[in-house]
Amino acid sequence: MSEPRGSAADGAGAGKGSQPPEHVHGPGCGTHDDGPQDFDPGALISGRGLRVARRGRTIISDIDIDIRPREIVTLIGPNGSGKTTLVRALLGLEPLDGGAIRRADGVRIGYVPQRFDVDRALPMTVERFLELGNGERKARIGDVLGEVGAVHVRSQQLGELSGGELQRVVLARALLGDPPLLVLDEPVRGVDYVGEAELYTLIGRLRDERGLGVLLVSHDLHVVMAASDRVICLNRHVCCSGVPETVAQHPEYVRLFGAETARAFGVYHHHHDHRHDLAGAPAPERRDGGLP
Amino acid sequence: MIEPFLVRALAAAIGLAIVAAPLGSLVVWNRMAYFGETVAQASLIGIALAIMFEINLTLSVVLITLAVAALLIVFARQKVVPLDSILGLMHHGALALGVIATSMLTGSPVDLVGFLFGDIFAISKEDLYWIYGGGAVVLAIIAWLWQPLLRVSVHEELAAAEGVSRNVIKPVFILVLAVTIAIAMKIVGVLLVIAFLIVPAVAARPFAATPERMAVLAGVVAVASVVIGLGLSVNIDAPGGPSIVLTMACLAGLSLVYAAVRQRG
Repeated sequence: MSEPRGSAADGAGAGKGSQPPEHVHGPGCGTHDDGPQDFDPGALISGRGLRVARRGRTIISDIDIDIRPREIVTLIGPNGSGKTTLVRALLGLEPLDGGAIRRADGVRIGYVPQRFDVDRALPMTVERFLELGNGERKARIGDVLGEVGAVHVRSQQLGELSGGELQRVVLARALLGDPPLLVLDEPVRGVDYVGEAELYTLIGRLRDERGLGVLLVSHDLHVVMAASDRVICLNRHVCCSGVPETVAQHPEYVRLFGAETARAFGVYHHHHDHRHDLAGAPAPERRDGGLP
Repeated sequence: MIEPFLVRALAAAIGLAIVAAPLGSLVVWNRMAYFGETVAQASLIGIALAIMFEINLTLSVVLITLAVAALLIVFARQKVVPLDSILGLMHHGALALGVIATSMLTGSPVDLVGFLFGDIFAISKEDLYWIYGGGAVVLAIIAWLWQPLLRVSVHEELAAAEGVSRNVIKPVFILVLAVTIAIAMKIVGVLLVIAFLIVPAVAARPFAATPERMAVLAGVVAVASVVIGLGLSVNIDAPGGPSIVLTMACLAGLSLVYAAVRQRG
């Protein structure tokens, strides 16, 4: 996003010691310049002092993050705040320029990427997609599709699915690997308002039933409030973190999301910068219609 | 009794058709048609170099094709000019350089036409060994890497996160594409190679529900087009390679019309 905003945030970050400590919880906030830290032994995945720079420009820096079992952590921040870069770094897709990541032994990550645009030139049924690369999964496909509420699409082509159905199918593929940790990058993109609430309910249920740790990426706190145990507000560095209610009132968060936060809580404001194909075409109207 | 040159032409084109079907499907799925077009036309530079230094034509074409592919990958790293514009630049630049080099070296524009559109009726026994040997290697590699290739085609990032090494898969794919272009050159020429790859895959798409069926159906379309196209070529005395490609294009056109009608109905 805009440079002045970023540098102002850095300045505020340096003065974070003055902020009331009771408003800030969890690791990764205000502790990263105290020298190297030990990794959290109970975490599925931990990052300490993570830094990624591209072409001389720092994308993220000084990031400390932990995700523990049965915990839903939401990463939130404006567009361009480095959320996707951080997720990619944690997945090992983005080389680090500083810091270190530690995965607990044997932790596999189920990944649901941000944009799952299916090229219709490639004919592929849901079933074939789910067993792709691992034919032994075939026997469990029905169960997992049931778990995500998408049994009915099993024999359909990927290209014919709605945004919400596609998300569930990609989620099902992630679950077929029995991962202890699930990473979902903007899972509600291209999903309508009702589908969004359902998706978060589903993620909460998966956490309860499977005991998963979950890292969610969102650009808007309001909608994910109910689902998250902990929120990390990111703007190239960790601005603040803690339980959702606390972060929502944190000065850094209010400054970053000022105009939107000023509106009634629960309003869904969508930054439209993505595709409109497939079933996503009518979605913006439905969203707007949902605004009070 | 069929003439031996016609038997060799049929054998060469059918061999290429079988290899081209799965490879062409992958090119279509990965939206690499223009990329393939560019590297194929750059192979003309390889032909010029082979004539100049009197080295093996196939080897020279493979090496130049790979070099151009590598250059394209480097160019794609910059973000100020879109990739399709770079491909347009490279494609015409390589074609221009190739045409100048080959016509200066061979001294006659007649040879150039052979390189551009192929000279399928001049296929020798030795060419057939190259086509079947190279084709078998390409098919074996595609079969071996089919699952990871499909996963990268569906979603590159997801495949990478799941542990598919795209840093291996993509270069290998470009390598087999380069080899295929080299062996296809004598049959259909540098201008029609990519059509030979992608047009059967396009024709097959509306009738395929799985990637494998699309690849197999593309092979059927390609082989049928070879037989019909060469028959046409012999009967009306038309150039062989273009006749095959024209047949493929007609079948693909019919297939797309069918798909459009089905969509409306």
